[in-house]
Amino acid sequence: MPFKLRTAVLSAAVVACAVASGSAFAQKTYDTGASDTEIKIGNIIPYSGPASAYGSIGKTEAAYFRMINDRGGINGRKVNFITYDDAYSPPKAVEQVRKLVESDEVLVVFNPLGTPSNTAIQKYLNSKKIPQLFVATGATKWNDPKNFPWTIGWQPSYQSEAQIYAKWLMKEKPDAKVAILYQNDDFGKDYLKGTKDGLGAKGASMIILEESYEISEPTIDSHIVKIKAANPDVLLIYATPKFAAQTIKKTAELGWKPLQIVANVSISVGSVMQPAGFDNAQGVLSAAYAKDGSDQQWNNDPGMKKWNEFLDKYMPGADKTESALVYGYGAAQTLAKVLEMCGDNLTRANVMKQAASLKDFTPDTLLPGVKINTSATDFAPISQLQMMRFKGQKWELFGEIISGDVPAD
Amino acid sequence: MELFANQVLAGIATGAIYACMALAVVMIYQAIDHLNFAQGEMAMFSTFMSWQMMQWGVPYWWAFILTVILSFAGGILIERLLFKPLAKAPVLTNVAGFIALFAIVNSVAGLIWDFTIKQYPTPFGSSPFLGSQLISTHQAGMVGVTLLLLAGLYFFFQFTRIGLAMRAAASLPESARLVGINTSWMIALGWGMAAAIGAIAGMLIAPVVFLEPNMMGGVLIYGFASAVLGGLSSPLGAVIGGFLVGVFENLAGTYIPGVGNELKLPIALALIITVLVVKPAGLFGRPIVKRV
Amino acid sequence: MSAAEEVVTEAPAVEAVPKRAMTLGYGTSLVVLAALILTPLFVKNFIIFQMTMLLIYGLAVLALNILTGGSGQFSLGQSAFYAIGAYTTAILMEHFNVNYALTLPVAGVVCFGAGFLFGQPALRLSGIYLALATFALALAMPQLLKLGFLEHWTGGVQGLVVTKPDAPFGLPLSQDMWLYYFTLAVSIGIYVASVNLLRSRSGRALMSIRDNEIAASAMGVNVALYKTLAFGVSAGITGIAGGLGAIAVQFVAPDGYTITLAISLFVGMVVGGVGWLPGSIVGSAFIIFVPNIAEGISKGLSGAVFGVLLFLVIYLVPHGARQVALIAQQLAAKLKKN
Repeated sequence: MPFKLRTAVLSAAVVACAVASGSAFAQKTYDTGASDTEIKIGNIIPYSGPASAYGSIGKTEAAYFRMINDRGGINGRKVNFITYDDAYSPPKAVEQVRKLVESDEVLVVFNPLGTPSNTAIQKYLNSKKIPQLFVATGATKWNDPKNFPWTIGWQPSYQSEAQIYAKWLMKEKPDAKVAILYQNDDFGKDYLKGTKDGLGAKGASMIILEESYEISEPTIDSHIVKIKAANPDVLLIYATPKFAAQTIKKTAELGWKPLQIVANVSISVGSVMQPAGFDNAQGVLSAAYAKDGSDQQWNNDPGMKKWNEFLDKYMPGADKTESALVYGYGAAQTLAKVLEMCGDNLTRANVMKQAASLKDFTPDTLLPGVKINTSATDFAPISQLQMMRFKGQKWELFGEIISGDVPAD
Repeated sequence: MELFANQVLAGIATGAIYACMALAVVMIYQAIDHLNFAQGEMAMFSTFMSWQMMQWGVPYWWAFILTVILSFAGGILIERLLFKPLAKAPVLTNVAGFIALFAIVNSVAGLIWDFTIKQYPTPFGSSPFLGSQLISTHQAGMVGVTLLLLAGLYFFFQFTRIGLAMRAAASLPESARLVGINTSWMIALGWGMAAAIGAIAGMLIAPVVFLEPNMMGGVLIYGFASAVLGGLSSPLGAVIGGFLVGVFENLAGTYIPGVGNELKLPIALALIITVLVVKPAGLFGRPIVKRV
Repeated sequence: MSAAEEVVTEAPAVEAVPKRAMTLGYGTSLVVLAALILTPLFVKNFIIFQMTMLLIYGLAVLALNILTGGSGQFSLGQSAFYAIGAYTTAILMEHFNVNYALTLPVAGVVCFGAGFLFGQPALRLSGIYLALATFALALAMPQLLKLGFLEHWTGGVQGLVVTKPDAPFGLPLSQDMWLYYFTLAVSIGIYVASVNLLRSRSGRALMSIRDNEIAASAMGVNVALYKTLAFGVSAGITGIAGGLGAIAVQFVAPDGYTITLAISLFVGMVVGGVGWLPGSIVGSAFIIFVPNIAEGISKGLSGAVFGVLLFLVIYLVPHGARQVALIAQQLAAKLKKN
């Protein structure tokens, strides 16, 4: 392992230096990518291609660290946030991550987006012992500290969210006939699996139709017509924003009113519910872990006020209905917290250790009561959600905060 | 049986979207003898322009007309500035130019208007049409506008001097020049008209699929397929092709067991290729005879 | 529209390239080869990885060049063959523990078959119709890979993780460096074979089809056979490139083989110069590095910057790198005279 050797030499040199100068800060230790003045953070996200909508997450995170740096950095060190475009393509993701690690020499890779891209880089980063920190995908496989001790998730997993819906259905509507509309990719399939697991053998007969759509389809009208013909009372919409909005609108146009539950990625008031039509969206259910920037009920919330101030100053003109802006802010704040906890011990191992010892941490953008907790055996930072119902022009939270960890297979 | 009827109706409604786009595809093919991969993105950009005007308070129809005029001018401008210099370059180089234009338009629209989906108004309303909840008044309106456009195009190509000149310029440029047709400007005019028709298509499609920079990605593929199925030289064929693709795709998704739903698009495309193998110029296209 | 039959003298889609202008001279070839062999010794592993990808995409562009530049057929569906090759390699390595080097010929043969079969209906199509048919193939491929009943083999939407091979015989090379030299050897082999193919009797037959199909058939060239063979050979080489790509990236998933890849390969061919085989590597460099440059100029507008750069290239040299090479050659000749 040449890499390990280099680290050892490096730390030895640091120690030697410290001893030689007789400094009192002998405990300062660094890995590649960190120094007295700077911490290098790497990130990949699609800025071009069909998934470029997610680019806003990277832009928000870059802006967040600009704010941190303006305020003096983290423990006196500036954050150098290097973000590259992977165009949502696994080969490009590998190339860009290797560039971050081997050419830019970053300390950690933070919040890389998408299940395919993260799967492609996971082995590489783990073999090099470089933290793959707070990945931006909801697959369950990131919570696997035993096999992949250098990879940690961030958001609640898709499967755990789907299980919450399934359990709610078993309790509230045990006799319902359920139809599922899902996107034919890793995201949709995870929701499908979570729902089936949650319903179990007993509830399996509740599902009368599973209908998938492709992201390349212009409209999903035909699927809705087909689902309606099966006449379910509950429609689970495991779709991305555009298709979720189309579904909610189309069912209303058909004069059909099943109980609809929509996946957490598509709950933005400004960019899903409003385009779908507020009238059409009444009574839709979902679950959330973060506040929505376009939901007026948070206008006076102290956390969201900070978020608003941040956007006004560092991202003027940004579209506040984009949920990516809330997401990026929360993720960046979590990383800032971890780096702060690392103190002067900025080794990769310590970053990973601190990331796995978050206790009741609450970024400004999370729902009241939702807390980030991690441990050496729990690599799923956010695992709490609360159910909610759309009423008027906003979401109304109801029930308790539900914790739903699903262990990796 | 009810499901069958419903899927056919829904297919016609979706087919109207494809038909609209296919008309724009035929228009550009008539002018430049090629498909423009950036056509969908140009239509998307036009639709965003009209949306922006409405945000500034311009009433719908004024925004509609202004957008069509601006798109027409924009189409001509793009041809004059970007593609006229490539007139002598190989065809494949031109295709690379379309790809470059696609990337530019998509990226600029994303920067100006973001990637969140936006609601787009419809002048026809969205209540059930003639008591059928499967076709809304908007979709019926869309079919109507498509047919109007078709009639207009037919008249234009069949009876006006410019239309005839344009056809001549596209199919036999050399001979057209000999009889005094300015073929270079005919191409520019074709670009302008294709951009204008694309703008109309975009503004009709946006209320259904929502407005966002990637809204035309899927639509353009279907538009191409419809136009090719109907025959690239025939506006009527393109419209019929659009409806056929819409209906067939829905039926394949509903009735082919097992893989039908997952492979809707591939099955539809495979059918089109089968048709082309039997009738290489499409259902309504003129057969082409090659000469040594 | 009128029912009158339209008679056109179809301009060839691809200009005729003189046979001798298809390759580089011996001197230049040796310099390029030396650069490719020596550079990895002095650069970081990450650059070696990029160079490996450069060769792999170069092979895929070369394959398209044989099809389009050689036989005049147009394809926007190369990503489909690339995907078949990648999955063949990945499945053989992960499910059957076949040695990586042995999977490549299998990938090549499988793709040759797929290409040959696809070439049959494609025979009846030309120009835009063929473009649409191949485009459809590229669109359909990711969906086919996701199909439920193939999931056991393909891993469905999750894809397959591939193990990277170590250098054999205890050679003191890093995995990246070994894979690079392995890829280089394969690439040189394929390049030399392709050049020889195009210079052979079959190559001349292909080019006669490209330049004038009717005349070619009048001269007794079996047009149908050669056209489908061109499809098969092109697909086979693309498949080998796909297999190498799967090993280098260590992962295959439907999202890696979308239409975007097919379009990139097409752009690479145009930039490199249609029909000029050495241009393939230039085109490959364009599709790998120019997006990175574009992104460096502007994150928000990286797509637009890429588009503008592509426009610049096709304005300055509409015939791609081949044109640059020709100009350089003429300059060199002039200098020699003086």
